[in-house]
Amino acid sequence: MLAFIRDGVGSMFRGGRGYWLWLGLLGVVIAAGALAYGIQLRGGLIVTGMSDQVSWGFYIANFAFLVGIAAAAVLLVIPAYIFHRKDIKSVVLIGEGLAVAAVLSAMLFVVVDLGRPDRALHMLPIIGSLNFPQSMLAWDVLVLSGYLALNLAIPFYVHYCHYQGREPNFAAYFPFVVLAIFWAIAIHTVTAFLFSANTARPFWNIALLGPRFIATAFVSGPALIIIVLQLIRRFTRYPVPSSVIDTLALIMTVALQISLFFVAVELFTDFYNESSHAASVRYLYFGLEGMNSLVPWVWTALAMNAVAVVILTIHPLRRQRHLLNVACVLAFFGIWIEKGMGFVIPGFIPTPLGEVFEYSPTAVELVLSAGIWAFGALVFTVLARASIAIETGAVGAARSRPGLTISG
Amino acid sequence: MKKTQPDKDINSGRRRFLGTAGAAFTVASARPAWGGSTLMDAMGSFFQDHYQRMSAEEIADAIGRIERRAQRRYGVDITCKDVKPQDNVVFGYALNISKCKGYRDCVSACVRENNQDRGSQMQYIRVLEMDSGSRNLERSEHYYDPETVPVEGKYYLPVQCMQCDDPPCVKACPVNATWMEPDGVTVIDYDWCIGCRYCMTACPYWARHFNWREPEIPAEEINPDTHYLGNRPRPRGVVEKCHFCLQRTRVGRQPACQEACPTGARIFGNLLDPNSEIRRVLATKQVFRLKEDLGTEPKFWYFTD
Repeated sequence: MLAFIRDGVGSMFRGGRGYWLWLGLLGVVIAAGALAYGIQLRGGLIVTGMSDQVSWGFYIANFAFLVGIAAAAVLLVIPAYIFHRKDIKSVVLIGEGLAVAAVLSAMLFVVVDLGRPDRALHMLPIIGSLNFPQSMLAWDVLVLSGYLALNLAIPFYVHYCHYQGREPNFAAYFPFVVLAIFWAIAIHTVTAFLFSANTARPFWNIALLGPRFIATAFVSGPALIIIVLQLIRRFTRYPVPSSVIDTLALIMTVALQISLFFVAVELFTDFYNESSHAASVRYLYFGLEGMNSLVPWVWTALAMNAVAVVILTIHPLRRQRHLLNVACVLAFFGIWIEKGMGFVIPGFIPTPLGEVFEYSPTAVELVLSAGIWAFGALVFTVLARASIAIETGAVGAARSRPGLTISG
Repeated sequence: MKKTQPDKDINSGRRRFLGTAGAAFTVASARPAWGGSTLMDAMGSFFQDHYQRMSAEEIADAIGRIERRAQRRYGVDITCKDVKPQDNVVFGYALNISKCKGYRDCVSACVRENNQDRGSQMQYIRVLEMDSGSRNLERSEHYYDPETVPVEGKYYLPVQCMQCDDPPCVKACPVNATWMEPDGVTVIDYDWCIGCRYCMTACPYWARHFNWREPEIPAEEINPDTHYLGNRPRPRGVVEKCHFCLQRTRVGRQPACQEACPTGARIFGNLLDPNSEIRRVLATKQVFRLKEDLGTEPKFWYFTD
């Protein structure tokens, strides 16, 4: 076991110049983020653009989006373990690595949003006082921690077996895989409930929110995975079957079609007979009282998603890899805008007392957020590195004899 | 600011304790500050338990830290009391919008009474200038500033914490840092709040406010008569809100906003006392509550003449 951990961690930090350049780049962004967090700790959250009116901002926007990315790993887990798709099974461990990185980043986004991070321990059971099952935020803490644990434990076991040169005992870990599947849906549903639970915020207080979150997660998640798998194929010797990308592209196509349908349903309901509950939607798409900072963003997102759905829906277009990549990038950022800032901020505008007060993130928020994204990328990179080393047999118990050097 | 009689019963025991504990702390206090407070106090704050789980002795300890911190930060000697709720009392508020003229005396009295941050101009009460003939909050004016009020064609709707009987903010808090006291007032343990601001998201009345920066109050404006769950000076990074002036109302006084109102629009009292003025208002006037449809059961009513 110790040798496994030693070799696994060792392989994370072994690579050529390009690999180290990438790690170094991420390190620089993380350092900048840490510096920004230092400024925030010193001055308080006043250094952000948030206010009593818009009391959550860019951090929580990224949090909501990243929970979706984490949940989307289930799209590899289900075909791999339930339908025994050999091709997908070969990349499922990488998908689980992505889930770990996304959950960790999502959690970090919540931590940096806290006014008193020094009291974060108050959320722990016994020492602290977790308001469970009342508070949806308490639920979110629990399900995210659980999801993180599951996505660490299952790949750890599978990798360990492969490291020792034996097949994992399917019956032993299958129950946990099933649990992880439901858990993935749960983390994103709970995150949707975190918002939709608020009767004070009509913009979020809709039953469609849960389904919408899942649908958009199944767009942004596969979009990212498709790009990442191609990068892995290019930069490592790890074989990524094209059929995996085709399957993910198909899932993403349907999910994006459903997501856009949901947008249309909401717009109809809000605007056919426009009530005061539609004020936030009006603010988002058209602006209110001359304030409209989100309007260009949401229309850009809508346009990006529209182009993406056209590319994806027309089979000959989708089958061209470079066009698929364009669609992935468009949909990823389209959903990021729509489900991040475009979803969190209008919930606060107008305030429950009808005040229209705008928000835009400060440099501190942007740099700190970039740092967290870079941290997520770093976590994923080293996990994928170790996974590939073990799965290709470059690292294994049989090989970890002294005197044997491994290239790669 | 007029200083009120401290509650003798509550304080005598605590003072005895502080007499001995204070001597022990003198040495520590003389040492160089650690993050603006002594290392002893910083450690004490870090390991301080939830208000509802602390023993009387631990609360006395915490109060000692609060008072020393105020002395260090503002150079003012404050008294922080922990007056418990009285039996058979549930506080309620009724506001006569026919009488309210939009002077906002309640707002400024509240700021002074409750030691709110002057830097960010935090206010627990927001008086909305409304168009006559409409109760649409989205058409309300929050920052009205005419030569004189009231303005023709307008009426005024002061909004503050409604002390909901089924408070969504309490449900939202992930760490139980906010709860409803037996006298019906929702309070916050400022030393337990983690500053996630989910309660602010949950509140339909925009009654909760956050200390985005270290609160600043001119020393001469500090109200030294404070309550643990009420108006004691707050740290940075926590949420606060109207608490019906617990430091006053639990010792039989009226809230500062009620006292400050020059038109007598505000009626505050015990909902469980059938002879109270508020009960008379509820029985004889046509009252309404803001956003009653949300089912949070506010204990704050509006009425007209």
